[in-house]
Amino acid sequence: MLGFAVLAGFAWLVLFGLFLSPNDQTQKTGVRILYIHVPSAWLAYLAFGVTGISSAFYLVKRTRSLVWDRIAGASAEVGVLFMGITLVSGSLWGRITWGTFWTWDSRLTTTAFLFVTYIGYLAVRDLGGTHQQRARRSAVLALLAVCEVPLVHFSVKWWRPLHQQESVADGELSGLMLFSLFVGLISFTLLYVWLVMHRQRVLALNDRADDRGLDAALLERRNEVVR
Amino acid sequence: MNMWRIARLVAVKDLRVEWRSRVMTNQVLPFAALVMVMFAFALDSDQVLTRVAPGLVWLATMFSLLVIVQRSFAVETADGALDALQVAGVRPGGIFLGKSLALAAQLAALELVLLAAAVVLYQTELLAGGVVLLVTTWVAATTGLAFVGTLYGGLAAGAKGRETLLPLLMLPVVAPVLIGATRATEAALGTNDATPSDGWPWIGLLALFAVVFGAGGTLAFGSLIDE
Repeated sequence: MLGFAVLAGFAWLVLFGLFLSPNDQTQKTGVRILYIHVPSAWLAYLAFGVTGISSAFYLVKRTRSLVWDRIAGASAEVGVLFMGITLVSGSLWGRITWGTFWTWDSRLTTTAFLFVTYIGYLAVRDLGGTHQQRARRSAVLALLAVCEVPLVHFSVKWWRPLHQQESVADGELSGLMLFSLFVGLISFTLLYVWLVMHRQRVLALNDRADDRGLDAALLERRNEVVR
Repeated sequence: MNMWRIARLVAVKDLRVEWRSRVMTNQVLPFAALVMVMFAFALDSDQVLTRVAPGLVWLATMFSLLVIVQRSFAVETADGALDALQVAGVRPGGIFLGKSLALAAQLAALELVLLAAAVVLYQTELLAGGVVLLVTTWVAATTGLAFVGTLYGGLAAGAKGRETLLPLLMLPVVAPVLIGATRATEAALGTNDATPSDGWPWIGLLALFAVVFGAGGTLAFGSLIDE
C-alpha cells in the first residue's frame, strides 16, 4: 500500500515539477532540477540521521537489538544512493547555471566528504565477523559520521559559498514553486520509508540465512565426529 | 592502575618498539621525502610549488599517517598483543591515549622533517612573526591526527581488507585537519598574502577536532577493539 502511495506521490511530483510550476526568471526550465536535487539532499540527511539514531539505540544496552543495526545499514545504503543522486543532479544543474560541473565551494566539498564517509561506513559493514561485531563497529562509526551532516548544511553560512544559501527558510521561493518543492519532499520521504522497510527486511533474511548456514555447518561437523 | 599511567606505559612501549625496529626512520621518512619530490615532478613550476608548499607538506603528512597507523596496529595484532592487553584488564581508554601519544610523537618528528624538506625543495621561507602560529598549528593538528589515526586504526585492526579500508575511512575524516592546518600554515608563512592573524580561527577548528576525537576515541576505543 505504501508502494502505491509512493507511486502516486511521484506522479504528483512529475505533474507539478514538470508542468504546473512556473519557469524561473533567469534559469527558465533549468530550475526544475530543484525538485529532484533538494529532496534528494533532504532524504540523504534524513537517512544518515536515522542511521545515527538507530546506531545509538543499538549501543545502549537496554535497547540493544540487531533490528536497529539492520535499520542503520539499510538507511545508510539508501542515504548513499540519494547523496549520489544529489551530487549528480547538482553537477548537471551547475553545468547549466554556473557553466561548470564541479567547483570547490564549501557546500560541494563537504557534501563530497559526507558521501565518501558513508561509502566507508558501508565498507566497514562488510568487514566480516559476527553480526554483533559488525553492528558494534558500524554503530560507533555512524555516530562519528553523523556529525558531518550539520557541517554540510551550515557550510554555506560559514565559508566561501557559491552554492545557494537557505532559500526556503528565508522565504525566497514563490508559491507554486515552493508547493512543488514540498510535494517533492513528501514523495521522497515516502520513497525513503518504503526503501528502508524493504531493504532492512532483506538484511534480516540475509542474517538469518547466514545463521542457518552456520548451524548446518556445525551439524555436519558434529555428525562427522559421531560417526 | 590509573589511565594516565597506562597511557604512559603504552606510549613508551610503542616508541621503544619503533626505536628498535627503525621502521619510521628507514621507511616512512624516505617515503614522505619521496612524496615531496614527486609533487615537485608533477607540478614542475617553482612559483606554483612555493605557493602550494603548505598544502603539500600536510598532504604528505596525511599519506604518511596512513602508513604509520597501519604499522602501529600491525605491531599489536601480530601476536595478539591487543587481545592480551584486554584480557589482562587494562583499561582501553588508557591504551587509546598511549597509542595516540606515541603516534603524535612520531607524526611531530615527521612534520618537522617535511617542513625542512619544503624549505629546501620548495623555497619556503619562515616568517619570524608567524612562528607562534606555526608551532600552535603543529601541536593542534598533530594531536587531532594522532587521535583519529588511533581510533580508526583500532577499528580496522585485525579485520580482513584492512589495508585498503583504512585510507578510505581516514582521509575524509582528516579532511578538516588538512584544510585547517594548510590555511593556518599559509597564514604563518605569509604565502598567498595571508597574515598570521588570518590563521587563528583555523586553530580553533583544529583544537575542536582534537578535543572531539580525543574524547570520543577514549570512550569508543574499548568497544571497537573488543572482538
